[in-house]
Amino acid sequence: MSDPQFEDGGCGGCGCAGRAVSARRGFMSKAGAGLMAVGAVLAGIPVVSFVLGPARKRFDPAWVALGELARFPEGTTRFATFINPIRQPTDGESVKTACWVRCIKAGSSYQVFAINCAHLGCPVRWFEQSKLFLCPCHGGAYYEDGSRAAGPPPRGLFEYAWKLDAGALMIDAGRLPGMEDAP
Amino acid sequence: MKWARVTIAWLESRSGLGAFIKPLMSHRVPASAKWWYVFGSATLMFFVIQVVTGVCLATVYAPSAAEAWASLRYIDSEVPAGWLIRAIHGWSSNAMVVMMAIHGLQVFLHASYKYPRELNWITGVFLLLVVLGLAFTGQVMRWDQDAYWGLGIGASIVDRVPLIGSQMRDLVLGGPIIGGETLNRFFALHVFILPGMAIGLLGLHLALIMRHGISEMPRAGERVDPATYTPAYEARMEREGVPFHPDASQRDMVFCGACLIALIVLAAVYGPFGPGAQPDPTLIDTNPRPDYPFMWIFGAVSLLPPSSETVVMLAAPALLVVWLLLVPLLGRAGERAPSRRPGMMLAAALAVIGIASLTWEGMTSPWSPVMDAWSSLPTPGAMVRGRKALEVQGAIVFQYAQCRNCHALDGEGGRRGPELDSIATRMTPEQLTRQVQQGGGNMPAYGKNLSSAQMSALVSFLATLKPSDEAPADIPGALLPLPSR
Repeated sequence: MSDPQFEDGGCGGCGCAGRAVSARRGFMSKAGAGLMAVGAVLAGIPVVSFVLGPARKRFDPAWVALGELARFPEGTTRFATFINPIRQPTDGESVKTACWVRCIKAGSSYQVFAINCAHLGCPVRWFEQSKLFLCPCHGGAYYEDGSRAAGPPPRGLFEYAWKLDAGALMIDAGRLPGMEDAP
Repeated sequence: MKWARVTIAWLESRSGLGAFIKPLMSHRVPASAKWWYVFGSATLMFFVIQVVTGVCLATVYAPSAAEAWASLRYIDSEVPAGWLIRAIHGWSSNAMVVMMAIHGLQVFLHASYKYPRELNWITGVFLLLVVLGLAFTGQVMRWDQDAYWGLGIGASIVDRVPLIGSQMRDLVLGGPIIGGETLNRFFALHVFILPGMAIGLLGLHLALIMRHGISEMPRAGERVDPATYTPAYEARMEREGVPFHPDASQRDMVFCGACLIALIVLAAVYGPFGPGAQPDPTLIDTNPRPDYPFMWIFGAVSLLPPSSETVVMLAAPALLVVWLLLVPLLGRAGERAPSRRPGMMLAAALAVIGIASLTWEGMTSPWSPVMDAWSSLPTPGAMVRGRKALEVQGAIVFQYAQCRNCHALDGEGGRRGPELDSIATRMTPEQLTRQVQQGGGNMPAYGKNLSSAQMSALVSFLATLKPSDEAPADIPGALLPLPSR
C-alpha cells in the first residue's frame, strides 16, 4: 500500500481518487489472500488424505487356508505359503507370503509363526536337526516354540491366530507382522 | 558471420543469459583454493549423470511391483546399451555418495562452515539427507530380494517408533504389506520428490557460494571475526583473488574428467548392480544385504544390545542430524585451522573410523550364521583322523546339529560364536557340557534338542580340539569369558 506508484493513483496528483484506488487495492489483496487460503485448504484436503490414506485406512485381516491338516504331521515344523488376503492390482509376486507351521498335537494344537524375524523382519529358516529358527541378517535364533534363543531380537517370533475349518488349517493374516502384535 | 553475431546479440538482449553466466565464470576465488576444492564439483557432475541416466531408465522401467523386475532384466538384455546405462546409474550413485562425503569432510576439516557460510553448510546437510534418500529409494527400484527384505528392515525400524509406529509403517509401505503401492511410493520419491528437492537445494547451495565466495584455505592464527570478516574477505579477493574460470575450473575439469572416465570404465567392466533374485517373498533361501551407503547401519543394528537398540536406532540418526545442523551455528567464529580444533578433528576421525569399521563389519557380517555350513563344509581331516568312534560320532553331531553354522573349524564356518579349534584348552568337558546344554553368552541352549548320547559324543569330540602340544583345560571353574556378540 505504501508503493509510491499507487500512492496518487495516477490521477495527476490531485490525491482524491488515488486514496480510493489505494484502499481498493488493499481490499483486493486481502480478499485475494483470503480466496487463495480457502482454495488452498480445498485443494489440500484431497492431497493430504490421498497421501496419508494408508495410515488412516483399516486393513482388516481375513482367514486364509494354509492347506489340509495332513500336510502338517505331529511333531514337525513345516514351511507353508499363502496369498495375502489384502491385495492391490499391481502387487505381483509380493502378495505371496511364507510362514512356519508347527504341529504340536495333530488336529488340536498348532503354532503358526510369521516368516519375519522379530528383530528387523528378515526371513527366518527352520533347522530341523537343531530345532532352531535362524535369521540370515543379524543372527537372531529362536527355539522350536518361537521363543527367543539368542541374538538381537527383542522378543520371540510373531504368531498368527489359527483355527481348523473343514479339515484345513486357517490363519488370520493380512498385515506384515510388527510391534503391535502381542508377544 | 554477421548473422551469428546478430542472433547471439538478440538472444542475449532478450534472455540475459550471458549476463547471468558471466559472473558465475569470472567471480574471484582465493588463489589458495587448489585440489581440496574439487570434490563439490565432482558431486555435482555425478548428480547430472544421475539425472541423465535416470531419465533414460525411466523411459523403459515399469514402476509396478508386478513388472519392475522383468523390465530391469529387459533393460539389461534387450535395450541397446541398457546394461551400461544401468551400470553407470548404479556406480555413479555410489560415487556421488562418496564424493559428497569427502566434500563434506573437507568443509568440516577446514571449518569453511563458519561465518558467513553457515547456511551453505546447512543446505549441504539437507542435500546429504536427500542423496541418502535417493540411494535408499534407488535400491528399492531394483525390486529384487534385497530390495524386498531391505524394505522389510526399513519398515521394522519405522515400526518401532513409539505410539504411531504402526501408522507410520503403513504410510511408508502404502498398505499392510510390502506390495504394489510400496514400489510406486518409492518410485515417486526417487524420481519426483527427492530429485526436485535436490535441484532446489542445489540451486540454493550454489547461489550461497556465489553470495559469500569460496572460503580460503585456513591458516593457524587467522580467526574468523563476524564483525570484520566480509569486508576483509572481499578486499583480499580484490587484491589476491583469481577468476574461477580458468584458474579454479581447470582443476575441477581435470578431476571431473578423470572421475568420469573412471566411472565409465568401472561401469563397463563390472556392469550393473542386480537385479538379484526375483522378489518372491516365499523364496526364503536369501541373504539380504543393503547397498554400500547403508552397510554401516546394517552393521550397527547387529552390534547394539537389544535393550538399547530401539532407542539408538531411532534417536541416533535424529541427534546426528541435529548436531550437524548446529555445527556452524555453535562454531560460527574463531580458528579454522585443523591444528587449532583438536576436538572437532577427533569427532571427524571417530566418525570416519566408526563408519569405515561398521561398513567392514556389515560387509563381512561375522554375526550372521553361515546357513549352509553344516551341510556343505567338510570336517577338517586332522580333527577326525585316528580318533575314537565316539569322538568321530561327535564330529558328525557337530555338523548335523548345525554347530558349524556359528562356529568355525580350521577357519571355515560361521563366525557368530568363537572358533573352536582350541576350545579344549579353554574349557573342561564339564564346562563344555554345561555350555552346550544351557547355552549362554548368546548361544542357544541345546539341552532339549540333543539326546544324551549325542551330547556325550559331541563333548568328547570338542574335548579333542586343541593343539597337540598344549595341555587341556583342567582347572574347574576357570571359565574364560567367551568372545560373544
